[in-house]
Amino acid sequence: MNTPSLFISGGLNLPPPEIKICFCSLFFYFFSFCCYRAMKILVAVKRVVDYAVKIRVKPDKTGVDTQNVKMSMNPFCEIALEEALRIREAGFAKEVVAVSIGPSQCVDTLRTGLAMGADRGIHVETNSSFLPLTIAKILKSLAEVENPGLIFLGKQAIDDDCNQTGQMVAALLGWPQATFASKVVLDKDKHVATVDREVDGGLETLCVELPAVITTDLRLNQPRYASLPNIMKAKSKPIKKMTVQDLKVDVKSDIEILEVTEPPKRKSGVMVSSVDELIDKLRNEAHVF
Amino acid sequence: MMMQRLRRSEEFIRFGCESLINLRPNKNSVPRSVSGFVTHYDTKGKLFESNVGNHYNTHRCLGRNLGMLQQYKCFGSSSASQIERKPLFSSLDSKDVSSFKEILGDKNVVEDEERLETANTDWMKKYKGSSKLMLLPKNTEEVSQILQYCDSRRLAVVPQGGNTGLVGGSVPVFDEVIINVGLMNKVLAFDEVSGVLVCEAGCILENLATFLDTKGFIMPLDLGAKGSCHIGGNVSTNAGGLRLIRYGSLHGTVLEAVTANGNVLDMLGTLRKDNTGYDLKHLFIGSEGSLGIVTKVSILTQPKLSSVNLAFIACKDYLSCQKILVEAKKNLGEILSAFEFLDNNSMDLVLNHLDGVRNPVSSTENFYILIETTGSDETNDREKLEAFLLKSLEKGLVSDGVIAQDINQASSFWRIREGITEALQKAGAVYKYDLSLPVEEIYNIVNDLRRRLGELANVMGYGHLGDGNLHLNISAADYNDKLIGLIEPYVYEWTSKHRGSISAEHGLGVMKANEIFYSKSPETVAIMASIKKLLDPKGILNPYKVLPHSLFSH
Repeated sequence: MNTPSLFISGGLNLPPPEIKICFCSLFFYFFSFCCYRAMKILVAVKRVVDYAVKIRVKPDKTGVDTQNVKMSMNPFCEIALEEALRIREAGFAKEVVAVSIGPSQCVDTLRTGLAMGADRGIHVETNSSFLPLTIAKILKSLAEVENPGLIFLGKQAIDDDCNQTGQMVAALLGWPQATFASKVVLDKDKHVATVDREVDGGLETLCVELPAVITTDLRLNQPRYASLPNIMKAKSKPIKKMTVQDLKVDVKSDIEILEVTEPPKRKSGVMVSSVDELIDKLRNEAHVF
Repeated sequence: MMMQRLRRSEEFIRFGCESLINLRPNKNSVPRSVSGFVTHYDTKGKLFESNVGNHYNTHRCLGRNLGMLQQYKCFGSSSASQIERKPLFSSLDSKDVSSFKEILGDKNVVEDEERLETANTDWMKKYKGSSKLMLLPKNTEEVSQILQYCDSRRLAVVPQGGNTGLVGGSVPVFDEVIINVGLMNKVLAFDEVSGVLVCEAGCILENLATFLDTKGFIMPLDLGAKGSCHIGGNVSTNAGGLRLIRYGSLHGTVLEAVTANGNVLDMLGTLRKDNTGYDLKHLFIGSEGSLGIVTKVSILTQPKLSSVNLAFIACKDYLSCQKILVEAKKNLGEILSAFEFLDNNSMDLVLNHLDGVRNPVSSTENFYILIETTGSDETNDREKLEAFLLKSLEKGLVSDGVIAQDINQASSFWRIREGITEALQKAGAVYKYDLSLPVEEIYNIVNDLRRRLGELANVMGYGHLGDGNLHLNISAADYNDKLIGLIEPYVYEWTSKHRGSISAEHGLGVMKANEIFYSKSPETVAIMASIKKLLDPKGILNPYKVLPHSLFSH
């Protein structure tokens, strides 16, 4: 490889071909090693109504009442972030970037992520509430900008229970996906991740080539608490603000939410006085036969 | 020292036996308790040391020589182990049972042994009575009729709620009739504007909290026993709990209580201010069921504020804890809603005996503090708490800490603090003391007791640091008299010396009835006895508890 430095050094003889090839392969190996070493993990975190809060539907039935209720990071997103942090601490990645899409208060959620240990945050600010496909498109654009080696998401958000975003991101990017992960093991040399998935029948083990999308399930890990020293460090970590226009994403949704209602209240049981009455009720009211 | 002890024991055997046989004590003599704990109050008001060393001897002496009907407790506690049943109380007979059945109906008169077994034993399994009858009234009218009957027949009764008391005040000592208000569990009214909740005494605290949650309000008190304790019991014992620092004691919040002493004292009201005459409700609050049975409660509840933050921090020494308390009150001010502390021994105990708990802080330190803030502005409160903690971290007061990010994490922090009592039960025998002391002195007693007991037992200190309330617990493999001899009356004397209270929130019950003199003067106690005689002339309500037995031998 005739690098400019060799010309500048002038009087030096060109190294023999064998050394050149060694040098090439060494350089390439170093380059790919650096790439792996420089791997970024993108973690998408969502700000939702706290898991322990009893939710109520708004009187106008347009959605759930989120005024004056405690909001926190989606529990599955916490698990996703924790896994990303563990991978970084094991030396497989250099940087963990937390991203959140939503109103200005999402910064609080990102600060929590930074306090747990993420290196920097990205806040895509919008006041509309987006459905999974739009979020997936935004994350795709971000991935094209940031070039992460892994994208971690929670398997679903506890407010809509869609369980779609991770899968859609993978499809849009053309990347492999491993969802409902309960164990993630990275292989440094082969550039793959071995993921145990929780499926209805038990556990399924997949091997996915990086870059890939992984969504996390409950048993993957127990998220760490935000300690005071980390909270202090988080104050100086940057949060980049972006808009959907910056990312050139079309946010028009094909789905419109018509109505949100509570499930019907459980009716109290009825005491029947005879077998005939029971049969009558089963036939005419419960429509069992 | 030996001579003094011999003389004392001789004195006791003479006078002690005398007071047993002669049930009318000499009015001029020093008050002596039947149980063997002699406390002297000389004219200068100083407390002399009682003959603790001889307590074991007196047990045997009295037991053998006098052979009187005595109640021995399950373990060698001090004064509680030598009460005797007052012969003036009648015994239950079948006519009584049928009269009760007439008043209450057959179903609510319980003679079933299994249910009585549970009702006779307290939560700590330390005190066990031998009652043969439990009554379950459904309303105030029935309570009134029962008490009227018991009063006329001179049958001793024990009012019982959730039976979660820690001083043996909720279980019979002998064969008192148990009146359990568990069936009176209706919420009567709730005013959403003023926040006043009117309910019956048998409502479980947690159920009330859930009910209020749907309306956007919270109960002003919160304790570890909330899943089982009744609001009537809370009021009767003036329960403290975790939120006292913010919302004050039940004396201020409870507006009125209805009591039945044969007579129904309807003082139930929902007015915030009412200065008409003597405020009698204060007598019943904290009287532990000895002046009347609370049947209805009217309590002022607080609006539920959305922003609750909880921090769990670790400190190296007790001095830092105190400084943090001062700083927290200054910096967090109006949003501070709980300030609890626990020491390293308590943390170890919880981690060893409870499942699913982990130390939130990565390092082990000597003290841990829980600080909770409640306010209406999430971002503002968060910033305030973080700023305060970071400043404390910089000053070196705090060595490490975490802030809960969501309600689940907050519950897991509380589990550690609230789970200490549970863990103590699992660890074996436990001696519990609940002391109010000046904040600077609180941990000194723990250290002193540790030095005194050495290897014999594990001493733990935790509690409501914000209120100056220490829960001192000594955990050992099993109960033994040597240990109790070393602990009592050392703990009470230590507390008295530093002008503390021997019972900050647990009450006196049967455990500390005779120790009241460590915290109250004889004149005060004498007036208490007169009030008791006025409201309960035959002494049938919760006898042998709260006030010293010597005042009632008649």
